[in-house]
Amino acid sequence: MSSRPTIAGVTVASRPVRALKGVILAACCAVVVVPFVGIVSTSLATREQITRDGGFVLLPDEVSFAAYQAILSGGVVTRATLVSLFVTVAGTTLSMAATILLAYGLSRPRSVAHRPLLMIVLFALLFTPGIIPSYLVVKSLGLLDTYWALILPVAVNAFNVIILRAFFMELPKEVIESARIDGAGDVAILFRIILPLSKAVLAVIGLFYAVAYWNAFFSALLYLNDTAKWPLQLVLRTYVINQTQIGVDQLGAAGVALPPQEAIQMAILVLSIVPVLVVYPFVQRHFTKGVLIGAVKG
Amino acid sequence: MSRLTWWDRVRRDRILLLATVPGVALLLTFHYLPWLGNVIAFKDYQPFIGIFDSPWTGLRNFQVIVNGDPAFLNALTNTLIITLLQVLIVFPAPIALALLLDSLMSERLKRTVQSILYLPHFLSWVIVVAIFMQLLGDGGLLNNFLREHDLGTVSIISNPDAFLALVTGQVLWKDAGWATILFLAALSRIDTTLYEASAVDGASRWRQLWHITLPGLRSLIVLLLILRLGDALTVGFEQIVLQQQAVGADASEVLDTYVYNNGILAGDWGVSAAVGLVKGLVGLLLVLGANKLAHRFGEQGVYQR
Repeated sequence: MSSRPTIAGVTVASRPVRALKGVILAACCAVVVVPFVGIVSTSLATREQITRDGGFVLLPDEVSFAAYQAILSGGVVTRATLVSLFVTVAGTTLSMAATILLAYGLSRPRSVAHRPLLMIVLFALLFTPGIIPSYLVVKSLGLLDTYWALILPVAVNAFNVIILRAFFMELPKEVIESARIDGAGDVAILFRIILPLSKAVLAVIGLFYAVAYWNAFFSALLYLNDTAKWPLQLVLRTYVINQTQIGVDQLGAAGVALPPQEAIQMAILVLSIVPVLVVYPFVQRHFTKGVLIGAVKG
Repeated sequence: MSRLTWWDRVRRDRILLLATVPGVALLLTFHYLPWLGNVIAFKDYQPFIGIFDSPWTGLRNFQVIVNGDPAFLNALTNTLIITLLQVLIVFPAPIALALLLDSLMSERLKRTVQSILYLPHFLSWVIVVAIFMQLLGDGGLLNNFLREHDLGTVSIISNPDAFLALVTGQVLWKDAGWATILFLAALSRIDTTLYEASAVDGASRWRQLWHITLPGLRSLIVLLLILRLGDALTVGFEQIVLQQQAVGADASEVLDTYVYNNGILAGDWGVSAAVGLVKGLVGLLLVLGANKLAHRFGEQGVYQR
């Protein structure tokens, strides 16, 4: 017989083992949280403290919003933020519409042409076209240097279609059948029955799309030569990763004392993280449901 | 509904068919049409002449692969080394993390830790690279600390020798937490009576882990390994492109960056397309092969026979 107590049959670990586990998990969380704290702190810190702390501040003595004022007063960063917001909102709307419709159209295995249409989606999952052929298609459609190039090629994600389709197929058949007996057509069934029952998974897929659009960096680098059209991620690369000096000309805040570069850089970084942080908590509780169905059904 | 003609079925399902049109059109245009663009792998493609009028060159563009051009071999080697590191280090990490999380007794604590650990997955590579620069760069947190304590500094961000470690660390930071989500779900589906019965029989925690927990995760592990194998020639493209300037091509060139740098930036379109095409075909063969292997071991794999 096991000498230790058990919970649901799992033997409870000894105290040192539990302590060790706690330390490991706490360390993992710290590795994620501390950088965030440092980034926000640096963006709010004064020049003296940034210099004293060697460029990266963990906790600001004094809080200054000068860096945020500088980047949000109508220069390069402001414009890039608006571009990113536009692409994210327009892209997510288009993606959700196309994905919902496609998943619904594939949700009845007895329907006509079901198998070939499903194969088109499944094979898109297995073959990803190369960079060069994709570029040639976007170019020959005349989409270079347009925001369409950031949206259309990634508008339908086959994996999301499969997840959503699996979810639609799991919905109780009786509800749909009884609606049909009451005279509801396929359009009414989608909008009045299926979508209201799928809010959780729709929220998760919406987040996946929105985050993908917001975070897209390479598609913009590849398809947009006009730097005036650049989204926030490319501006972030220019000023934070490549360490290009950002001056009054770029910020559009003439006549104001320029905040320290480090604070500006970290403020841009915060600006690029905030939208994700705002949406994340609302969707996060639905993750397991949304991701799981896809995993179970493959 | 036995004797419906095909046309009757089309009429019955017209709404469903119509619904698939936009999505299928987008997939055909941006996932299937590009495969035609691969013809330039067999041509001397010049952008100003166009795909149709560029002269055919047969298999000449494939010579870099067959003859083992040094730059290509370097990219291939780096790719395979990074893949190997990811399978050996990045792949098991979320399994261990999921086991740790699963053993937490408090549901609320577990959810809080999960929320924190999932978060980095939703940050872009630009952000992740920028964060690592703040932590490990010459003016970053680590080096400031070392400098303050007169311990000298370590060069990590722009050091070619540290690149593999850096890339692996970044992938761990970004995705190890998120990857636990599937393993946690699989763990929650393991029949608890198995644990109870084994406890009665006097099984230790390690024996429970070995004989109950890991077998319960086996199908998922096989599935994810197959998917990873199919992507063996694809390693963090955005992540690497962002950091190539700092460490140079010798340490950081992988197949995808080779295709991009050589083709789109340097204008050697045909050769790059040839490398991209071979890479895509090899990837496909790897998925199909791995899936067959999974079937042989009695697992479900990605698709069923």
